[in-house]
Amino acid sequence: MLEFLHSNLSYILSGISVGGQYALIAIGYTMVYGILRLINFAHGDVFMCAGLMMVYLSASLPMMISIPMVLILTVVLGFLIERVAYKPLRTAPRMSVMISAIGVSYLLQNAALYFTGGLAKVYPTIPWLSDTVTIWDSTTKMVTVVTPILTLVLVILLSLLIKHTKVGMAMRAVSKDFETSQLMGIKIDAVISVTFIIGSFLAAVGSMLYFTNYASVTPVSGGMPGLKCFVAAVFGGIGSIPGAVIGAFIIGICENIIKGGSSIFGISGSGWTTFSDAFTFALLIIILVVKPTGLFGEKATDKV
Amino acid sequence: MKKKNKTELWIALCAIALVYIVVFILEKTVNSGHILFTVLKKGAIYSLVAVSMNLLNGFTGLFSLGQAGFMLIGAYTYAIFTMPAAVKATDQVYKYYVCAIPFDTGIFVGLICAGLAAALFAALIGLPVLRLKSDYLAIATLGFAEIIRAIFQWDALGPITNGANVMREYKDLTDVTIPFTDIPFPPTLYVFLATGICIALIMLLINSSYGRAFKAIRDDEVAAEAMGINLFKHKEMSFVISSFFAGVSGALLAMYQYTVQAAQFKSAMTYEILLIVVIGGIGSISGSCIASFLYIAASEWWLRGLDMGKFLGIDSATIFRSGFRKFVFSIIIMVIVLFFSRGLMGDREISFRGLAGLFQRKPAPADAAKGGGTDA
Repeated sequence: MLEFLHSNLSYILSGISVGGQYALIAIGYTMVYGILRLINFAHGDVFMCAGLMMVYLSASLPMMISIPMVLILTVVLGFLIERVAYKPLRTAPRMSVMISAIGVSYLLQNAALYFTGGLAKVYPTIPWLSDTVTIWDSTTKMVTVVTPILTLVLVILLSLLIKHTKVGMAMRAVSKDFETSQLMGIKIDAVISVTFIIGSFLAAVGSMLYFTNYASVTPVSGGMPGLKCFVAAVFGGIGSIPGAVIGAFIIGICENIIKGGSSIFGISGSGWTTFSDAFTFALLIIILVVKPTGLFGEKATDKV
Repeated sequence: MKKKNKTELWIALCAIALVYIVVFILEKTVNSGHILFTVLKKGAIYSLVAVSMNLLNGFTGLFSLGQAGFMLIGAYTYAIFTMPAAVKATDQVYKYYVCAIPFDTGIFVGLICAGLAAALFAALIGLPVLRLKSDYLAIATLGFAEIIRAIFQWDALGPITNGANVMREYKDLTDVTIPFTDIPFPPTLYVFLATGICIALIMLLINSSYGRAFKAIRDDEVAAEAMGINLFKHKEMSFVISSFFAGVSGALLAMYQYTVQAAQFKSAMTYEILLIVVIGGIGSISGSCIASFLYIAASEWWLRGLDMGKFLGIDSATIFRSGFRKFVFSIIIMVIVLFFSRGLMGDREISFRGLAGLFQRKPAPADAAKGGGTDA
């Protein structure tokens, strides 16, 4: 067992690291879904935009300025998306809001396509994060080690925010019952904006970690991670933050084990990599059929 | 009342016949390389897939995002079935694999098989997926489309699907002949005929008792169940039929494009079709048809200049560079989604009485009259 762990450590390490990055994005999905009951299809593209902003900002500004700038601009982007595309549809049927989310996703992708000219942009190396370290004979980047720690710290901070502050209490109330909390004097628009701001902030952090690993940003590089993170959120029970984090780690690790399948299980063939994406969706369908509320989700009852 | 309906039906049939005649005449007179034919063919194909999606989203209330996956199945099935056996034996297409399907079929059989293959997959997928509620259903069908794409690119299936490589040399639109002769069939007219028949079938379905059951499910699932409608059976039926036509349209797309590759059928394609449905109006078949022709015409023809450095006489290579067209397009779509969420037609259909009413008050907009004839 130890031998097995040792020889495949690099896959497991990168799995944990990707899992942490997914977790940061998945939180954005799960919080928005918890409050608005909306799959924010544009969230993956916000993540991609954060990557592109970093590319363009770091070209002209020093790293110490561009990192906070990226965080701020991404938060502004998330806020604007909510105000422009979702707020006017607050009373519309859920399907139209979802269509609007798909429209925003399409818009962001096409905007990125136009501004980048469709080329893959090389992600700048963030000094300390890109250093290589050797853990137990397998070489990896510093970011692999930092990600899970940073993720855990952020998640703990977020949980504290939700449990112990006024705005956190308002969020919990809104996700329990939208209309009643409005009657209780909660400013619903402000709460929703805060949700989007937190989600976008975490997505921006996630994008820095993710793209440091992958080294290039394309207009479509937000799509797949976005969908996977949503799956992670569903897997953990949508609306639950610890659930989203655990789901994201499971998906990240499994995906990397499948990618390394040929050497881990001794099965030949390069076809396994093709299935690392498909696996995520297979997992989604299994969980939806077996336990639709996810690992930690609350049972929803339909009133007629 | 009955008599009036009958005359209206006759008018509609005449209008459709007129459209076919116009297409035929255009094809005989205009140079076949003209962009108009690209728009007509692709628009017709997209209107079929948009209508099939509308059957699910607009008439049954199932928010499904799996359309690209079913089109992929259709396109590949068609390509595999109609590729001549002689081509399969050489390494012209199957370079790295030995083709496992040594026979080939005609175009018509290929189209039907494409639809059946997509329908079969849909029936299997529907069993677990259709028990899910709105947005879970959307994400699950989207996931299945991705899984289908991964399977078709898997190299273990290479002998059938040619792995991730391009499929070509199958029977395309230029190989269509008039039955029992060797005279080539006008390609645009062929696409129009095929999609027209399919859309007519969908319309008949929607106006049948099954269609009324679908609409009842859309409006209120609980009430529909209380009225004795078997929810699962009808959802599955709608899903399978919609996928059948998505498969056929995938096959037609393959015919039109001469080559086909699994990488093309990404979720972006489903989004595109969904947006067409939204532009046309969710729950309106004629709206979907008009919207797909408008969408294709705008993206392939009218807004082409936005990509090419010249638009409306303004010459600016720095702004009008590659990708600007899609950018402008997505802004237009967002405006439609936000401010005109009912789309062009809402959930109404083009009726000739309505058009006549329009004529009496003011001259009808030309394109509405044109669109009405297309496939309504």
